This record gives sequence, structure tokens and C-alpha cells, in this order.
Amino acid sequence: MVKVSSFAELETLRKSIVARRDPQKAMITVCGGTGCHAHGCEKVAAAFRQEIEQQNLAGKVDLRITGCHGFCERGTLVVVKPQDIFYQRVKEKDVSTILSETVAKGNVIERLLFTDLATKEKITRELEIPFYKKQNRLILGNNGSIDPTVIDDYLAVGGYAALARSLQRMSPEQIIDEVKKSGLRGRGGGGFPTGIKWESTRRAHGDTKYVICNADEGDPGAYMDRSLMEGNPHSVLEGMIIGAYAIGSDQGYIYIRNEYPLAVKNAQIAIEQAEDYGLLGKNILGSGFDFSVRINRGGGAFICGESTALMASLEGHVGEPRAKYVHTAEKGLWNQPTNLNNVETWANVPLIINKGADWYSKIGTRNSKGTKIFSLVGKINNTGLVEVPMGITLREIVYDIGGGIPGGKKFKAVQTGGPSGGVIPESLIDLPVDFDELTKVGSMMGSGAMIVMDENTCMVDIAKYYVSFLEGESCGKCLPCREGLKRLREILADISEGRGEDDDIDLLENLSVALVDGSLCALGATAPNPVLTTLHYFREEYDAHIKDKRCPAGVCKELITYCINNEKCPGCGLCVKACPVQAITLTGKKKPAILDQEKCIKCGACYDVCKLCAVDIK
Amino acid sequence: MGDENKELEETVGQILEKYRHDKGMLVSVLQDIQAKYRYLPKEALKQVCQGLLVPLSQVYSVATFFKAFSLLPRGRHLINVCLGTACHVRGTDKVLEKIERELGINAGSTTKDLKFTLETVNCVGACALGPIVKVDEEYHGEMSTDKVVSVLKSYT
Repeated sequence: MVKVSSFAELETLRKSIVARRDPQKAMITVCGGTGCHAHGCEKVAAAFRQEIEQQNLAGKVDLRITGCHGFCERGTLVVVKPQDIFYQRVKEKDVSTILSETVAKGNVIERLLFTDLATKEKITRELEIPFYKKQNRLILGNNGSIDPTVIDDYLAVGGYAALARSLQRMSPEQIIDEVKKSGLRGRGGGGFPTGIKWESTRRAHGDTKYVICNADEGDPGAYMDRSLMEGNPHSVLEGMIIGAYAIGSDQGYIYIRNEYPLAVKNAQIAIEQAEDYGLLGKNILGSGFDFSVRINRGGGAFICGESTALMASLEGHVGEPRAKYVHTAEKGLWNQPTNLNNVETWANVPLIINKGADWYSKIGTRNSKGTKIFSLVGKINNTGLVEVPMGITLREIVYDIGGGIPGGKKFKAVQTGGPSGGVIPESLIDLPVDFDELTKVGSMMGSGAMIVMDENTCMVDIAKYYVSFLEGESCGKCLPCREGLKRLREILADISEGRGEDDDIDLLENLSVALVDGSLCALGATAPNPVLTTLHYFREEYDAHIKDKRCPAGVCKELITYCINNEKCPGCGLCVKACPVQAITLTGKKKPAILDQEKCIKCGACYDVCKLCAVDIK
Repeated sequence: MGDENKELEETVGQILEKYRHDKGMLVSVLQDIQAKYRYLPKEALKQVCQGLLVPLSQVYSVATFFKAFSLLPRGRHLINVCLGTACHVRGTDKVLEKIERELGINAGSTTKDLKFTLETVNCVGACALGPIVKVDEEYHGEMSTDKVVSVLKSYT
């Protein structure tokens, strides 16, 4: 690779990359995101390589493994260009037909197309699918068209133009002004205005300043940062370099979860390639600005999403937070001014510089600008990553994009903001989604996990789930969080196991206030949110557990019983085999099975194995 | 035993060298050792403490603070059951219990034949396919209790 040492050379390089590529040449893109990996995309890609050779198509068709397209539930996703034909649920056996029919003859294979559940219509192009139609994929969009391990792919779609523009035509102050004007707020959870954070770090006194990209994404249910880091690492890197220039930093860190091996790998490759081209390192693009980036892997601790804990971990200590009477912008990593932003925030920066703050700030609501990526998961038909303009309603996300609830079940609630957030009930489904609206109803934006729940989700169980999660993740440094979460979990366990008492609700509320007021960091201070919101919106469900010793959703093990539905059960014996404690017996051919409640351990094996839904939960 | 110790010392030495004995890279050093040996041998921790010039207590506090580290030997295959929210609402608890019953161990422990170590993870970030069970580097999506036995059987 030749070092690019000026802005003009970067443009020449870009033009030569684009000129070498024929937009009319057939290309197959295979989604290489984590969801598609679980669906076996590696085998599909290998099959394509093999078949291209066998059908003598080498030279006639290109194959590209891209980042996550977002529609994970439908993987493996394959797009055939230039026609942009979108195939879903592709398996190895389909590969040969795609090449011989679609690539060679231009025929569309109907059975691999997406079928709209509502209209039963087959849809050929990605953007016409309802899941994508209402999205505005400004940040995620390039994931599907570039190979994250090839920097030329990123350059071909205009990559690093924002960096060149920043270094060539803008002063650090102008960049900070532009980011402030854009209204960009931190996408990691807090929603703090990014420009103001940058400005504070720039103004702080210190010999060395650091910028950090938080890619620790510990929020269970969220995986947009992973997909960005895996699918378009250069966009994150470009944002970091621009930020470092604006702040006056020459050293950056990317702190990535070790549970995301592909993200670690692709970020490492991106750094090396950017260094090779001279986009990182000494004298970037001949501007005199130096900046390098190093990767640190996290050790699987949720608390390390908290800025001071993350920095402690970067220094080689345990990830314990400290009180923030001195901000990290003043004294952060190694006691030097430090600016920490999350992956998605950094990825927004090149867009703002390229298109301008005026353009950017037209998207979204008054105080929440731009788009937000959500991971739409749980009890929803179209699961995956969705990028929507701020201010879109929950209804649009759940029904128009998500396609509603599977199995004809009733929608119950959406949980946003992860363990720090809250549960939003159906009555608020027309709520516009932005930072402030979510906070008003007791939840928060968080990093963007959106977990959809149906009538079979128990709200006491959900509260207990989050509290147990946080109890395990509390670093233990301050008492309210360490002991408070333990007690909260014990009370919730009592309620869900049938030992709940009338004054438990008061106890939960009082303890929650103590946690909010007394905790050292945001982990403890926001921990009661799932408890408080479920109490607020689903009080009757708590009452049912406490007073009637009943779990209306049929989840809490101690309060339910599994029964054989005599009318539906044909006596096939599948459940008999599945039962680990021999609690089910057959009484004869075509006669319903009998379940012995004394022996039943309520493991649910019979319920899962029965294809005829002849096992009821009462 | 002598050869094994020497091999361990050399490997840890190389890892320390890779990170230029930078004490800020303690977590990364431990991760590399764990990736190689599937756990953190005591001797290795002592060497890390000398190699990075940090107190052994700090090495141990980091090694026990982060969930990813183990001070006990682990099995040939590492099963990680995802307990993320998306997996939870789709019934991952039942899947975990089934695996525990099948292997006869609780989460956080290793089978006697050192074949499997069963652990839980807060989120593997493949939420669309929950419940997820990750065995080594392989993801098994949309798991249910009736799929557990065949998944376990596919590992030798």
C-alpha cells in the first residue's frame, strides 16, 4: 500500500479505486454479521466460492462478505447486484441455483424472496421490504455494501472524506461548533451533548489528552455497536480521528468486549489498514496531526460501560468507578483529560462533517437529533437492528417495522434502556421515541435495546431478571448498590415464589429510593428503574402474585402448574420421552397422557416438545 | 512436569513481550493466557506480576473481578448459555436447566471428564436468534429444551 500524504492524493486514490470497479458487474454480497453466522453464512460463502469456480464464473461475478444488514432473523442474507435482488434464509443448497439462475440469466428465485406477512406478497428488493421501508439507515446503510476488512471499499463509498475536510478546511473549534450545532447526543446511554463534552476536554489542561471509543456494549439485548464495529469499523475510526483532532489528542483507545471476537478482529484490521495509508499515525494526510489508536479488550463486566470504571480497567485495575466530582474531561485516563464516546456516537461524526450540522439537525426531534439504532428483539416477528429517525413512535417500530407479535399473541410492553431503563406499557405505544420522552415515562434511551414483550412475559419476573443481573454486575464498591440490589432481588424472589406479603411493595419502593439517592455511580442509581416502572404500570400483576399467589403470564415456576389438555392430547408419547423425571405416563393408544403433579419439576420440557400445544400452563 | 512449566513460562513470556510489559495491558495479557490455557494457571499469574511490575494482589483482583477469567482448569468445550434479556424472554432459563440436568453439573462448573465447562454470559449480542447457546465459537440459535441433547452430542 502506498502512503497517502496529502488531501489531493486521497482524492486521486479514491477516483482510481472507483474507476477500477464496474458498477454493472454482477456481485453477490453475503451478510457476515453475527446473526447470519449463527445461521451458517460461512458455509454459504464457502459454497459460493466453490460454485463460482465450478460454473466458470470467476471474473464475471464478484463475491463480497459484508457486515450486518440488520434483518438478522432472516439470515443468511444474500443480495445479488446490480439488480439488488434480496434473498433471505439462504442455505448452501441454494447457492448453485442463485448463480445459474439469477447471476447467469437474471431470473429471480421466488422461494428465496421475502414474503410480506400482511399482504402475502413476494418482495424482490431490500428497500421495499416493510422492515427496511420506514428506516433511515444513515449509519448502518453502508454495512451491507462494503467488506469491513477492505479499506478500499470504505474509500469507494466516500470514506475518510470527512477527515480530509476536517484537517484541510476546519479548525478544531469549527469542528466542535459543527458537532454542537448538529445536536448530536451520546448514543451510549446518557445522551450527553457530544460537542460540549469535546469542548470541555479541549479546554482542560493536561500534557496528553486521550480519546476512547466505548465498544464494551454490556447492555443485554443490544448489539448495534457490535454490528457497526464488525461491519463498518472505518466509520468509527474516522469519527475518532476527527474527534481527536478537534480535542487535541494524539492517542486513542478502543475498548471492546472480548465476547465480540469478530469486532476485535475487524477493528484491528481497520487500524492497520488506516495506518498503512497514512490515515492514522504521524502527520496524517500531510497535515502535521499525529494520532494513533490501540485496542483493549474488556473482561466481561457490565460496570465497565461506566466511564471511570472503563478507564480504571484500561489502566490495568479492576473496573470500579469513582465519584465524578472531577469530570473525566479534566482528569480521566492516567489522570489526563479524556473524552469517551460510544461506537455509534463516533460513527455519526463523519456524517455530520460531510453533510453539515444544518442538514443533520433537520432529522429527529427538538432535543434529539439524527437517527438511533435499536435492536428490536424479544417477542417480535421481524427481529434485528433498525435505524430510525428520533421521534418515530413505538407503534411504528413494533408494528410497521417489526411486523407485530408472533403467534397471534397480545402485545404487552416494550423494555428500553437495558437494566437501567424501564418497561413501557401498551397504553403508551404512541410515544415518540427520543431521549427526553423515554425519560419522562420512567425509562431511558440507554444504548438502544428494545425488548418486546407479549402476554406470556411476566413483569415481576422481568424486574427480578434485571435486578439479579445488576446484583451480579455490581462492583461492590458502594453499599447502597451492593446490599440494596441483593435485598431487592430477595424481595422480588419472594413475590415470584409465592412468599410475597402485602408490605413488600412499600419495601421495594423505599429501597429503590435509597438506591437512587445513595449509589456512587449510574449503575446503582438507575438500577431500580425496571422495578419502579413495572410497579407503576403493572401493579395488578404484582398484586396477583402477592395476594392470589398466581402468575398471570404463566412464567413464575412456583406459581404455575403444567397440565395435559385431554381434548388435544393424542397420546403420541413425545412428552413422555422428554420428561426427565418420568412424571408423564401413557394410558393407552390414542388416549391422553397423564401428568403426575407430585413428580413434576416444572422444567417445561413437555410444553416445548409438544407440537399440538396439548400442554397447558395454569 | 518440568517441560510443562518451561513451556508455560515461555508462552507467558512471549505474551508479556507482545504487550511490551505495559501494565496497562494487564487485562489483555490475562486474556491471552486464558485463550491459550482455557484458565489462568497460578504460575502464570506470578510471572505476570513480575513481568508487569504490579503487585500479585492486583493481578488476582483483576483475575477474579472480570467474569471472563477462570482460576480453575476448564473443559475441552466451553458452553456459554446467553442470559441476555432477549434470550430470557424467550425462555433461556429452561434451556440452561436442561443442559445442567444433561451434564449433571451447575452453571459455573466443569464435567468430571473435563469435556464440558458450562457457563452463562450476560449477552453474546446475537439477540435476534435467542435463546442462544454458544459452544466454543459456534452459535446455536433458537434453542429449546428438545434441541439440547443433539447439540451436546455433536461435540466429542
